[in-house]
Amino acid sequence: MATGARRRGDGQVGVEVSPELARQMYEQMLRIRRFDLHVNQLYLSAKMPGLAHLYVGQEAVAVGVCSALRRDDYITSTHRGHGHCLAKGAQIRRMFAELLGKEEGYCRGKGGSMHIADPESGNLGANAIVAGSTGIATGAALSAKMRGTDRIAVCFFGEGALGQGVLYEVMNMASLWKLPVVYVCENNLYNEYTHYSETTAGSVIDRASALGLAAESVDGQDVRAIYGAALRAVERARGGDGPSFLESLTYRFFGHHVGDVDRSYYRSKEEEEDWKTNRDPVRIMADWMIERAIADRETLDRIEQHVEAEVASAEEWALGAPYPDPSEVDQDVYA
Amino acid sequence: MSMPSRVATPAPAGLRELSFAQAVNEALAEELRRDPSVFIIGEDVGEAGTPFKVLSGLIEEFGPDRVIDSPISEAGITGLAVGAAMTGMRPVVDIMFGDFMTLVMDQLVNQAAKVHYMSGGKLNVPMVVRTTLGATRRSAAQHSQSLHAWFSHVPGLKVALPASPQDAKGLLKAAIRDDSPVVVFEDKMMYQSKGPVPEGDFLIPLGAAEVKRAGRDVTIVATSSMVHVALSAADLLEGEGISAEVVDPRTAVPLDRATLVESVQKTGRAIVVDEGYERYGVTAELASVIGEGAFYHLDAPVRRLGAMDVPIPFSPVLEDLTVPTPESVAAAARELCREAAKG
Repeated sequence: MATGARRRGDGQVGVEVSPELARQMYEQMLRIRRFDLHVNQLYLSAKMPGLAHLYVGQEAVAVGVCSALRRDDYITSTHRGHGHCLAKGAQIRRMFAELLGKEEGYCRGKGGSMHIADPESGNLGANAIVAGSTGIATGAALSAKMRGTDRIAVCFFGEGALGQGVLYEVMNMASLWKLPVVYVCENNLYNEYTHYSETTAGSVIDRASALGLAAESVDGQDVRAIYGAALRAVERARGGDGPSFLESLTYRFFGHHVGDVDRSYYRSKEEEEDWKTNRDPVRIMADWMIERAIADRETLDRIEQHVEAEVASAEEWALGAPYPDPSEVDQDVYA
Repeated sequence: MSMPSRVATPAPAGLRELSFAQAVNEALAEELRRDPSVFIIGEDVGEAGTPFKVLSGLIEEFGPDRVIDSPISEAGITGLAVGAAMTGMRPVVDIMFGDFMTLVMDQLVNQAAKVHYMSGGKLNVPMVVRTTLGATRRSAAQHSQSLHAWFSHVPGLKVALPASPQDAKGLLKAAIRDDSPVVVFEDKMMYQSKGPVPEGDFLIPLGAAEVKRAGRDVTIVATSSMVHVALSAADLLEGEGISAEVVDPRTAVPLDRATLVESVQKTGRAIVVDEGYERYGVTAELASVIGEGAFYHLDAPVRRLGAMDVPIPFSPVLEDLTVPTPESVAAAARELCREAAKG
């Protein structure tokens, strides 16, 4: 496979998506959407401590990429990580429990929204330092290779991480040593409250291709396009051909975090409406499935009702779940 | 006053004289042989064997896949080590100069130190970072610092400070087998110094202080490079009839408080000596542990001696003023004994 930057236009999916997979991806995107909408309500009703960074609007990226992975492949995630964790196989109820600081949470309540880790599904953890997990993902890929496995690692990060030097340090080593890792840059246009064009010089994917990574830019609202690009990158990684870099062009429908409600000073209502109306990844997939007669509207509605019920019941369970015992506070500092 | 005696560590069979560097090399070679998950990563760790030649020969035996020469990317290689450690490997990262630890702060402090706790105990980070400390090598302000206090401050990290070839081997082997991240600071001025080192599988548990020399009148708690300064000071004091006990904590974290406190309860006087900057340094923690644990046995306030609170200067005339010496430690001990006698 030649390395170098490529751009694929909308519609150039480059891979067949079976009806079964289409339904799975649609349902998983909806699950992430409903989960984060409930999280927002938990915040607004003051039932959840702290903050959360919602993934709403970006669901196609996590689902498209994770659909190309095996359960034993690794991922690392970010502060905006609920989507990655769910797409890799986390259970909603234990996610809610963690966000609420409960004992049954994925980290026994010690991590919270920004640190969910679930080794059983290959999730090495969400990370609240921008680019903080790029070393971890690359190290997991090094380890997978050294141990003679064919597991690969996916490193999710936002375009804000493009400002961190460590990203280029680890991509350099991944390329030098042909490590089985895929860097997935979710470009949602905003480094917190600043448009990325004010912080990012030159071309995003050229930065990766300069280091010898296979790099492409892909429509982050089209789950099939993401899936196709991820399959190519995963095949390259698993086949020993080294790392890839995917820039997914996407958008977060909510603010930087749940408390970021007044956004007019950094982006317009019109821009938000345009993305929500015309570039909603869930709707794009629904339209495609209807157009291809993979599902009709009633079927999709049923899926939505089923997912909503599942999310609501998981939330209720988590709200009633116990907090950790105070004696846990100084446990697990050292292994 | 009775003659002080060195308290000998029980000597297993097969003691040989090795340099500190050879002891480190031997520990690494043994662990690389024993456990296929152990590997080394760092700058010039391969054929060059590091600028200090500590790793010479390892790449010949274990090959470039297990002794990995890296780019000059301290944060990157430490980050890789965290990820590799979380997924079944036991990396040993080589950070050439302790001053470069500034470049790995996020990887150690926010990542390695917190992964186990933050994941509710599900993920481990069994990694070692080997680096150096110590001034007087005429290397100026960015190659001479002793920054171990920073890492000792952070929950989740362990910090080892070997002061002899034997301790270098035993602590490093224990660090490699530990399931938590351990930072090992080696005194770069000590690499060529020799001492007896046991052959074979010799481990020193992390968190066990050693009385390096027994004494009656004053306890000198010293770490790493300062252990030898303290022992020389004890020799000077012996000629004046003052019997000094030298206690080496060997690890700043976990800290063997009991051995420190017990010694001071016996002698009633304490000096703590460490080559880190004195202000907010390791000496402050050690003094406070002694103050809390042995207050009613103290005949005088605990004295602290650390590196002078200045960037390490280049000129030898200036640099030598910044670090505690046998003479300055002995002078402090004399003062303490006089104060106590007056009191």
